[in-house]
Amino acid sequence: MGMTMTQKILAAHAGLGSVSAGELILASLDLVLGNDITSPVAVKEFAKLGKDSVFDKDKVVMVMDHFVPNKDIKAAEQCRVCRGFCGDMDISHFYDVGDMGIEHALLPEKGLVTAGDAVIGADSHTCTYGALGAFSTGVGSTDMACGMAIGKAWFKVPSAMRIELKGSLRPYVSGKDVILHIIGEIGVDGALYRSMEFGGEGLASLSMADRFCIANMAIEAGAKNGIFEVDDLTLGYIREHGAAEPKVYTADPDADYDEVLDIDLSEIEPTVAFPHLPENAKTFGEIGEVKIDQVVIGSCTNGRLEDLQAAAEILRGRHAAKGVRLIVIPATQRIYLEAMEQGLLKTFIESGAVVSTPTCGPCLGGYMGILAEGERAVATTNRNFVGRMGHPGSEVYLASPATAAASAVTGRITSPWEVMEI
Amino acid sequence: MRYTGSVIKYGDNVDTDVIIPARYLNTSVPSELAAHCMEDLDKSFVSRVKQGDIITAGLNFGCGSSREHAPIAIKASGVSLVIAKSFARIFYRNAINIGLAIVECPEAAEEIAEGDTVEADLDSGIIRDLTNGKEYRTAPFPGFVQSIIENGGLIASIANGAVK
Repeated sequence: MGMTMTQKILAAHAGLGSVSAGELILASLDLVLGNDITSPVAVKEFAKLGKDSVFDKDKVVMVMDHFVPNKDIKAAEQCRVCRGFCGDMDISHFYDVGDMGIEHALLPEKGLVTAGDAVIGADSHTCTYGALGAFSTGVGSTDMACGMAIGKAWFKVPSAMRIELKGSLRPYVSGKDVILHIIGEIGVDGALYRSMEFGGEGLASLSMADRFCIANMAIEAGAKNGIFEVDDLTLGYIREHGAAEPKVYTADPDADYDEVLDIDLSEIEPTVAFPHLPENAKTFGEIGEVKIDQVVIGSCTNGRLEDLQAAAEILRGRHAAKGVRLIVIPATQRIYLEAMEQGLLKTFIESGAVVSTPTCGPCLGGYMGILAEGERAVATTNRNFVGRMGHPGSEVYLASPATAAASAVTGRITSPWEVMEI
Repeated sequence: MRYTGSVIKYGDNVDTDVIIPARYLNTSVPSELAAHCMEDLDKSFVSRVKQGDIITAGLNFGCGSSREHAPIAIKASGVSLVIAKSFARIFYRNAINIGLAIVECPEAAEEIAEGDTVEADLDSGIIRDLTNGKEYRTAPFPGFVQSIIENGGLIASIANGAVK
């Protein structure tokens, strides 16, 4: 039986000719990532090993992104632990206030991941780098500590679901709508323990931002990883960002997929996931009048330049509705700068938005946009669990940047097709 | 590995945001995390959980964020074992890595009632509901995972050379 893309990458990193689903392997790692929430726990665990160095100081990355600039004293102490560790270990890739960004937008931008890599990160959305044709998965702090120590992690080789894409997206429809549609179809455990492998002729119509967004939310279907076939667009992105030479893996023709999902991109409509699970996906035929208090545009899912451009196109010449708090968070310093140079920040501010420094802040209910009891937000983030953005009695509706911007303008959950009169 | 305790029962898709809300993630001290465990799902959990209690749950327990603070909070609350229909994969490996006992057994998770006293022997894969005498069987962990648990978690396994 042939191997999937994921299985081939894992086999290569375990030094094996082939692997099959269910097999337990110890794989070598090309990159080990942590943030200001998960790294302090990993640092504490690492200390128990009594090692005075990490396996490779160029292959460990720490990004201070969740609660920075520090929201309180405890958060500041956590960052100090990370800063101290990275100093002691002479870590090459430590990103602090001033050069940080939201980790899953930052690492590809800095060229730290290339096709064929095996990456673990102590953050569930580490699956984002599958957009580059890498095996990349979220783990916990202990795995991070062990990864830093020995450059390896244990894995159960996953089986896979193939997502066969065809057609191309309609105007104001993006990768976010695609992944919300898919999670709506298969459920929040629809890909549990498995890989989601994306490919097919429809791939050509998806931008890298679309692909990052889709891979990012593979975890919301329970997947171990999401991974895209590598094409010229991927290779161009990798070269443009100065990443290492890509190693392109393709699934064998007889690869064993335990499910194939056919997605016609031309049929995808603006989609919104209602509280309190990402699988509660609805299109506008099923959405009545839902008034909102806040809109958040940003996060590792949708804080990229293309996302800000999509939101700005709708907000240009329009204003957020009275009573709606509009918060825009470029995902990295570079995106922030480019958004400024392109005039997007001006558009946002003129439309009544506040524009924040990069942070995960509101997505996980940390700070910078916490909801009160009974309040509703449309957010381009990735989770709408109970209490995710604040009070357990508040509600988060997940949507694309275009839908979020359209909703900000009207003060209720609104399709971009309505505002742009399509 | 044998565990006995009384059962606290939850449903499907218990996510790590309700197990330990992010507003408390500015610390990683186990006792501080335990003080807020399950807060957004079940405010009574912290006051009623007893040393040795067993959580049962439905599908996809521990979905969402990779925060190891979630199994740490559960373990520090005194819970000895979590039995679920299925676990989200990051939670699953985190629990193994930190030494919180977990087991997948859909029938047991479905049928065992809140407050029942349960005894689980994970070596033999037998779960007994002592309140009504019903017995359930589950597959033991694969050898590699068993060895991590027997060595006291992943860190200890690396420290003693069991994982290189």
